[in-house]
Amino acid sequence: MDNFLFIAFPYIALTLAIGVSIYRRLRQPYTYSSLSSEILEKRKLFWGSVPFHYGITLILLAHLLAAFLPGPAAWLLGDQTRRLVLEVTGMALGLYTFFGLVVLIIRRLAPKSLVQAATTYMDGLILFVLLIQIGSGTTIAIFDRWGGLWYLHTAVPWFWSLATFRPELVTVVSLPAFVKLHFVVGFLVILLFPFGRLVHLVMLPLQYLWRPYQVVIWNRRKPDSYVKEVAK
Amino acid sequence: MNIRAQVSMVFHLDKCIGCHTCSLACKNLWTDRPGTEYMWWNNVETKPGTGYPTLYEDQEQYSGGWVVENGKLRLRLGSRKSELVNISYNPRLPALDDYYHPFTYRYQDLIDAPPGEDQPVARPISMITGEDMEIEAGPNWDDSMGGSEIYAANDPNLKSLTEEERRQFFELQQLVYFYLPRICNHCLNPSCVAACPSGAIYKRGEDGIVLVSQEKCQGWRMCISGCPYKKVYFNWNSGKAEKCILCYPRMEMGEPPACMHTCVGKIRYLGVVLYDADRIEETASKPEAELVEAQRDLILNPFDPEVVRQALICGIDLKIIESAQKSPIYRYVKQWRMALPLHPEWRTLPMLFYIPPLLPVTATLSQEGYYEMDSEFFSSLESARLPIRYMASLFTSGDEAEVVAVYRKLLGVRIYKRAESVGDISMETAFQALKEAGLTPEDVEGIYHLTAIAGADERMVVPPFLREQAIEMGMDTQDFQEHRGFGNLIWPTRGL
Ligand code: HEM
Ligand code: SF4
Repeated sequence: MDNFLFIAFPYIALTLAIGVSIYRRLRQPYTYSSLSSEILEKRKLFWGSVPFHYGITLILLAHLLAAFLPGPAAWLLGDQTRRLVLEVTGMALGLYTFFGLVVLIIRRLAPKSLVQAATTYMDGLILFVLLIQIGSGTTIAIFDRWGGLWYLHTAVPWFWSLATFRPELVTVVSLPAFVKLHFVVGFLVILLFPFGRLVHLVMLPLQYLWRPYQVVIWNRRKPDSYVKEVAK
Repeated sequence: MNIRAQVSMVFHLDKCIGCHTCSLACKNLWTDRPGTEYMWWNNVETKPGTGYPTLYEDQEQYSGGWVVENGKLRLRLGSRKSELVNISYNPRLPALDDYYHPFTYRYQDLIDAPPGEDQPVARPISMITGEDMEIEAGPNWDDSMGGSEIYAANDPNLKSLTEEERRQFFELQQLVYFYLPRICNHCLNPSCVAACPSGAIYKRGEDGIVLVSQEKCQGWRMCISGCPYKKVYFNWNSGKAEKCILCYPRMEMGEPPACMHTCVGKIRYLGVVLYDADRIEETASKPEAELVEAQRDLILNPFDPEVVRQALICGIDLKIIESAQKSPIYRYVKQWRMALPLHPEWRTLPMLFYIPPLLPVTATLSQEGYYEMDSEFFSSLESARLPIRYMASLFTSGDEAEVVAVYRKLLGVRIYKRAESVGDISMETAFQALKEAGLTPEDVEGIYHLTAIAGADERMVVPPFLREQAIEMGMDTQDFQEHRGFGNLIWPTRGL
C-alpha cells in the first residue's frame, strides 16, 4: 500500500499533470482559463479569493523553495527566533488561506447564488480536495510543532528520491496517518491540476511586466525593419 | 512615417431615431449564446442618461483609459505590477448589477396553462439560472428618459452644467434628449489591449480591428476595466472576454457590419482612413485641450501624393488607398471637421466619430420645439436648450469652441439649403451663415449629399480585405492571424 501511495501514485500524478497540461495547452488552448466568476458575484469573491490566493501562493512557494533548496532552508530554521517567526507565520498563513477557501466554498453553495450557474462538478471537486489539503496542512501546522524543520527531514528526502528515480520511503512511512494524508492529497491536487481550472496558475502572465503595451498582429507583412529601411 | 490603415466610423446623431435595430442585428448574429446574454456589443443609450453599464463614464469608479503622468501615458487602472497583484480579485470590475440580470419569459406557460378564468401570463425567468426572477433593470431601462430623475440626473456629463441649468433641464417641459449608439471604437491606442496581462487582445495590422484571441485569453478580466467605454464583456460561461469584432467575417466578404447595414436611420458611415502609427503615443499624450485636433491631425490626406507614396512603401495596397480616398470618414472628420470622438480625454484615440445632434441644442420652448433659422441664426447656440457645455463634455473634453464650430456648420448647411429650396431665407443671409461656418457652397453640397442622399455604397465603403494576398496557398490562416477573435473549433462552453 505504501509503495502505491508514495511511489506509484506520485509518479502517475506528475506524469498526468505534465502530459495532460501540455496536451491541453497545445490542442485545446481555448479551454485554458481562470474561469473567473467575478462578474456574477463580487463581494464574497473578495473575502474568499484574496486571502485564498495570497495565502496559497506564499505557502506553495515556501513548500517548493524548501524542497529545492534544503540547505538554505535548514540554515533559516537553524536559529530559535527565526524558527519561531517562520512557524507562526506559517500557521497564520494557513488559517488565512483556509478562511478564504471556506468563503469560496460557501459562495458556490449559497442558495440562489448566480455562481452556481457557472459551477461544474470539477470546480466542486477541486474546492473539496483543496479543503482537505489546506485543512490538513493547517491542522498539522498547529498541532505538530516545527513542521518546517521535520518537513526538511521527511518529505524533502522523499521528494529528492522520487526526483532521482531511486524511491526511498523510510523517512515517510512511519509518520502519523494525518501527515500521510496531507502528502497523498497533495499529489491528488497535482493529479487534478491539468483537468480543471487549476491550470490557470501556470499561466501567471509575468511577461506582462515587460511586453510593450500595444499588440499589433499582421496577416502578412514585410518586417518592420524593412519598412523603416525603405522609408529612409 | 509608419502609415497604417484603419477601418473607421462616423455616426450622425441627428439621424438616429433610437429604434435599436442595430443592437438586435448584432445580438442575433453574435451574442445569443450562454454567457453572452447581457452583452450588447452595440447598444443605443439615451443622453442625458447613465449609459450601459450604468455610469460607465465615471472613471473614478471604473478606472478605464489612460492618464498622463510625468509626461508619459499610463493606464488609469494602475501600474502593471498592481494589475498582477489584483489579479485574483479585480476591484474595478463591473458586476452583473451594473449591467442587468438577463431575462426571458417562460412562454411555454402560455400554451400549457389549463383553461380558466384568467389570461395566462408568461413569467420572467433568469437567462442565467433559468429560475423565476423579478425584473429590476434592463439594458435600456432609461430609454427615452424613462426614470430620468434617477438615471439621467446621475449622468456624469451633467457635472459640466451649473446647478441652475440642471434644475431647469429637469423641468418637465424642458426635458430634451438624444440617442447615442455605441459600439467598440477600435481605438488607435486601445487601453484594453494594454491592460491584458496575457497579451490576448490585439489590433489587426491591416485594418485596425481590435480582437480578443479566444485561445490566448485566460480570463484575467483586466481588459474590461481597462476599456473606458466598457465595450469588452466577460463571458461567464466560457471564462473569456469578448467584444465587438466589427463584423470582420462580413467585411471580409465585402459586406458592411450588421449594425450599420440594418441601421434604419442610415446614420452610420464606414470607411478606411490612413494614419501615421509612429505618432500614436505622442498624440495620445497631448494636453486635453489639444486632443481632438491632434487626433484629426493624425489622420492623413489620402489624396496627397506624398502620403500615397509613403503608404505604398509601408506595404499598403493601392486598392486600400483608393478606398481611403472614397472614405466618408475622411470627409466628415478631417475635411469638414464635423465629426468628433466620444470622450477624447480617455486618450484611447477612438476611431468612431460622432456628429453631434442639432435639434436638442437649438430647439427652445418658446418655439415649441422648432428652431427659427432666419433671425440671429447662431445666437440660439448660446441659449441652447441642452447647453453646449454638455456636448463639449461628451465630445471634446470640455472645449466648447470645437463643438460650436461643428454646430455652425450643421446650421450653415441647413440655412443654405433652406434658402435654396424653400426661399424664405435670403441667399445673402445664407452666404453670411456659410462664411461664419467656414464652409463653401461645394462643401455644403457634399455634406448635404452624404447626409441626406447617399446610398449604402457611399455611406459604407468597405475596403478590400485582400484575403487572397494574406497567406500562401495551403498555409494555416490561424498561424498568421494569431488566434481567432471569434469562433472556435471546439464547442464554446466552459473549459473543463
Ligand atoms: C499563481 C498565481 C495565481 C493566479 C494569478 C490566480 C488567479 C486566479 C483567478 C483570476 C481566479 C478567478 C477568480 C474569479 O472568480 O474572478 C482564480 C480562481 C481560483 N484559483 Fe487561482 N490563481 C493563482 C494561483 C492559484 C493556486 C496556487 C491555486 C490552488 C492550488 C489556485 C486555485 C484557485 C481556485 C480553486 C479558484 C476558484 C475559486 C472559485 O471561484 O471558487 N489559484 N485564480
Ligand atoms: S438602427 Fe440606426 S437609427 Fe436605429 S437605433 Fe440604431 S443607430 Fe439609431
